[in-house]
Amino acid sequence: MNVVARISPTGVEPGSISDDRKAADQALVDKARIISRTIGAAHAADVDEKARFPQEAFDALKEKRLLGAMIPAAYGGDGASLAAIADICSALAQGCASTGMIYAMHQIKTSSLITHSADSTWHLDFMRRIAAEQLLIASATTEGGGVGGDLRTSVCGVDQQGDIFDLTKEGALISYGAQADAILITARRHPDAPPSDQVMAALTKDQYRLERTGAWNTMGMRGTCSDSFTFIGQAPAEQIMTRPFAEIASQSMLAHAHLLWASVWYGIASDAVARAEAFVRAEARKRPGTAPPGALRLAELLALLQNMKSLILAGIARYEGAKTDADELSSIGFVVAMNSVKIAASQAVGEIVTKAFVICGIQGYRNDSPHSLARHMRDAMSAPVMINNDRILGNTSNLLGVYKHDPSLLR
Amino acid sequence: MKAKIRDILAKHGRLPVSIDTLGDQDDLHAAGLTSFGSVEIMMALEEAFNVEFPDRMMNRRNFASVAAIESALQSLMHPQAA
Repeated sequence: MNVVARISPTGVEPGSISDDRKAADQALVDKARIISRTIGAAHAADVDEKARFPQEAFDALKEKRLLGAMIPAAYGGDGASLAAIADICSALAQGCASTGMIYAMHQIKTSSLITHSADSTWHLDFMRRIAAEQLLIASATTEGGGVGGDLRTSVCGVDQQGDIFDLTKEGALISYGAQADAILITARRHPDAPPSDQVMAALTKDQYRLERTGAWNTMGMRGTCSDSFTFIGQAPAEQIMTRPFAEIASQSMLAHAHLLWASVWYGIASDAVARAEAFVRAEARKRPGTAPPGALRLAELLALLQNMKSLILAGIARYEGAKTDADELSSIGFVVAMNSVKIAASQAVGEIVTKAFVICGIQGYRNDSPHSLARHMRDAMSAPVMINNDRILGNTSNLLGVYKHDPSLLR
Repeated sequence: MKAKIRDILAKHGRLPVSIDTLGDQDDLHAAGLTSFGSVEIMMALEEAFNVEFPDRMMNRRNFASVAAIESALQSLMHPQAA
């Protein structure tokens, strides 16, 4: 078994979650839930309208020290389980989907540091800084010049001279790039390396400048501020992660991205269902003794929401069972499973919001009613195009020549 | 066996460089082997050697070099020796 050099968060056996861990996880989720209800939800409409960064929510998340939640206790974090982080993403998205998505993206980056820093003093120290200073971490994996959203290909390369390297990446879409305290960026190992031979480097805000080349003006997820930039950076070579990016992508990014995004979408779906429930209850109160027409649809909707929840929880369980086994993490079966969670969850959120929309009728269609689903609808529409589902299905279909699914139910 | 593996790499690997320029231990991923390329190779190897790669063996490590592919194939063909 090829064991991933993961730093154990609490010293307990991987896979088993102790009662203390569960209580600590719950305390973190409770903090996020309060921030979501009181701050995230209060500013969500303004964040959406102005396509601005959800500053108030992130000030609160930093104050409650939730940005270091996943970092192991030995490095100053809380060592939260993936399940807890997923629940936080969902809780935040219930108030403001952009806040949930930014938090998810930050944690996806953090997961790569946690999983792949064991042999790098610089990156271990960097994790301590994230926890201590509550740094917000962004990602620069896309690129112009024909690469687009294919994160496994780079045009730019690391230009290393002695102990220092230079890196310029053009046309990178960097979510909350202007607000982040550090960026994890991909590039070819050196300028002449093949496009697929990539490394990932961590640069802090004082080591790069960003030139904005395009503004983020979209239907939904407007608060993520995913502007396009040219990234120009210089840093000591020790800040390049030692493991090849291909390993980082398959062993930490793939699962965390698909599971945490799905959790954000579950948050959107769940809040849409909550609004449909409130609408049906209000209708029922108006006409006591008769079930409102939407009640049947609501019952149907709850089954769909449960389906989506089960999908994500099964994905998290699969990851928990695989996380210390590099062979399992990079196996085709695991890749197909995580890709399938993304595909299914991104379709489910659109379907659930649409059905909730029908239940709420004109009150859901309005921008100014308490049952409004306009923002949920627009935010949900990002799910199938955030790493386009057809690209993911294309990747999965490439594997089908050698992959046969496991027919058992319980494994 | 190595010659047959090299032949398959040349035909199906989609490498940006000629396989003849690489040694048996050289890193194929660093030479530009993509995950799509490794799947193509895997299918060709299964056909050529009449073996089936179990899911757990379909990973980056087993396709890192000509030597790694050979040892993966050997463990499939002679499981008792692995």
